[in-house]
Amino acid sequence: MWLIRVNMNDLTSRVEPLPDAYKHLGGRGMTSTIVAKEVPPLCHPLGPNNKLVFAPGIVTGTPAPTSARVSAGAKSPLTGGIKESNGGSSWAADLADMQVRALVVEGQAKKNGKFRGLHLVWDAAAGQPKVEFFDASEHAGKDLFEAFPKIYAKFGDKISISGCGIAGEYGYGNAGIVYNDPAKRPTRYSGRGGLGSVMGSKGLKFIVLSREGSPGVPITDEALFDQGRKKMIDALRTHAVTKPKGALNTYGTAVLINILNEAGGLPTRNFSSGRFEGAAKTAGEAIFEGNKQRLGKELYNHACSPGCIIQCSNTWHNPDGTEAASCVEYESDWALGANCGIDSLDDIATMVKLCNGYGLDTIETGATIGVVMEAGVIPFGDSQGAINLIHEMGKGTPLGRILGGGTAFAGKAYGMTRVPAVKGQGMPAYEPRAVKGIGITYATSTMGADHTAGYTIAPEILGVSGKQDPLTPEGKAALSRGFQAATAFIDTSGHCLFIAFAVLDIASGLEGMVEECNGVLGTQWTTADIGRVGADVLQTERAFNEAAGLGKETDRIPEFMLTEPLPPHNQVFDVSDEALDSVYAEL
Amino acid sequence: MRLRVKLFAYLTRYRDNLSSGTPCEVDLPEGATLADLLRALQVPDEEVKMAFVNGLAQPEDWQLKDGDEVGIFPPIAGG
Ligand code: SF4
Repeated sequence: MWLIRVNMNDLTSRVEPLPDAYKHLGGRGMTSTIVAKEVPPLCHPLGPNNKLVFAPGIVTGTPAPTSARVSAGAKSPLTGGIKESNGGSSWAADLADMQVRALVVEGQAKKNGKFRGLHLVWDAAAGQPKVEFFDASEHAGKDLFEAFPKIYAKFGDKISISGCGIAGEYGYGNAGIVYNDPAKRPTRYSGRGGLGSVMGSKGLKFIVLSREGSPGVPITDEALFDQGRKKMIDALRTHAVTKPKGALNTYGTAVLINILNEAGGLPTRNFSSGRFEGAAKTAGEAIFEGNKQRLGKELYNHACSPGCIIQCSNTWHNPDGTEAASCVEYESDWALGANCGIDSLDDIATMVKLCNGYGLDTIETGATIGVVMEAGVIPFGDSQGAINLIHEMGKGTPLGRILGGGTAFAGKAYGMTRVPAVKGQGMPAYEPRAVKGIGITYATSTMGADHTAGYTIAPEILGVSGKQDPLTPEGKAALSRGFQAATAFIDTSGHCLFIAFAVLDIASGLEGMVEECNGVLGTQWTTADIGRVGADVLQTERAFNEAAGLGKETDRIPEFMLTEPLPPHNQVFDVSDEALDSVYAEL
Repeated sequence: MRLRVKLFAYLTRYRDNLSSGTPCEVDLPEGATLADLLRALQVPDEEVKMAFVNGLAQPEDWQLKDGDEVGIFPPIAGG
């Protein structure tokens, strides 16, 4: 197993055996450990001392279902704290197959307008992966939908690609890292936290993997691994949410639009209401029905990456049946829809595709546009205006650069007070005033406002893993803490977070996840270790953040949410500072 | 009493020509509960995961009143 270091100062690389201390790490556990150990917390995120780390999860690349996930980590240009952003793509599985447990990009190429690419191949003679550099300057300033086919043409069909778009070249706080989807489109993202700009700042544009000939992931105890894998498959195939033609496979993640709206927790028009009158028109059901009408047949969703049996990724189609955009996720649909007062799926899809092409995070983009709509730059509901604003970002105009800085940055530029962000990161699609537990996660997560960091929505709204009243703050600090730790484990395991819906309800599925990890690593974890292993990761991240100046005083929800009641339930965020502080104090 | 009822996702198959999230009016005798409503709609119990009355999730024995807005969901999730 290997750790690869690429030095962009002098365009050299080292392939090192994985240090023993990292043997039981993967995914987020790996990226956060390396970032915390090697990146000076006070360094400039776009300077030469930041490092960009990629790590596949523990079971990524194995036949474990729904596990082709990769963590990207660095100090975030958006939050100034540690960042792990998770993506699903064949790129993850290919990196694992080449037995690369961590890829660390260090230093910074001279700023001369040139961009490099990395090409990782399996060197059969040496029995290890090898790094080659190539000139990627011709792709600078280009739409990713234009660049990707050229990369495939150059390196062949069997590759996988990660990279940054124009947004990353400009150094935006809102710049994701893109990966290919199964149809070779640039649509899968480690979207959050500006990691695309860390990549761009190093003079690095693409990382191409040619896995041919690589040996695959070694498994220490095949029988145990298989036992765990079968339990996981059973759980995913039987749970109503994750099974074939279940909710995720049929309607995609945007099936959440209606239920959050019904619960009064769908942030609307820059977090000024919890209900959007256009919710049903933009929901997952409308995507399913709209596709059926336009294609003349039912269309179920596809996998973002090899080996996923949940298959939640959708494609929206134009009236003539041609493809409009993939994938219209709940978060993107909400950010560019309800949050901007826009109720046209066609316009939302246009914006999703533009974000994918420019290398922008859809959540940060929609949250930013919502703020400047309130500032009067364009009115709420003006989808053509919103499309133009995304083009401004792509062109790098002065306005585009203000928007590209993200929600908090644009809010400052326009003197706004209703700015939905924590630690500089724009809030996702759940209203803290209507769903208190997720507000605690937003406030306290090491990532800034991040729903995936501790998805208390499951019990608070969906009735998964028990049922809890979303409006009460009681007991929610403990709930968020438990979810944050369990999530850090799942992000380390290499499974997609969506397996949680099944394994939180089906105990054998949870056992299966741990047995898969034990089978690969030879560890002897039990389900009781999930919280501990996850908590270790959180502690590491927390220590980095404190040293970077993000202490507990930054674990707070924006002031307007403490004072402005949110319709329809007319609630404020009434979680005490003591409760917020207890999340990490009692970890 | 008269209720405004919305069915979501695949629960719409229990009502002809009703699209997800479009309200329909249902008349029930005073004192009816959520469980009575599901029976009247012929939506099988086991397919219902969450039922909201005026934006708040309620149990099946919840007593409804005139003018209530009800939203009924099968098991769903996303992120
Ligand atoms: S559940 Fe969805 S997001 Fe997760 S791996 Fe499968 S297709 Fe990708």
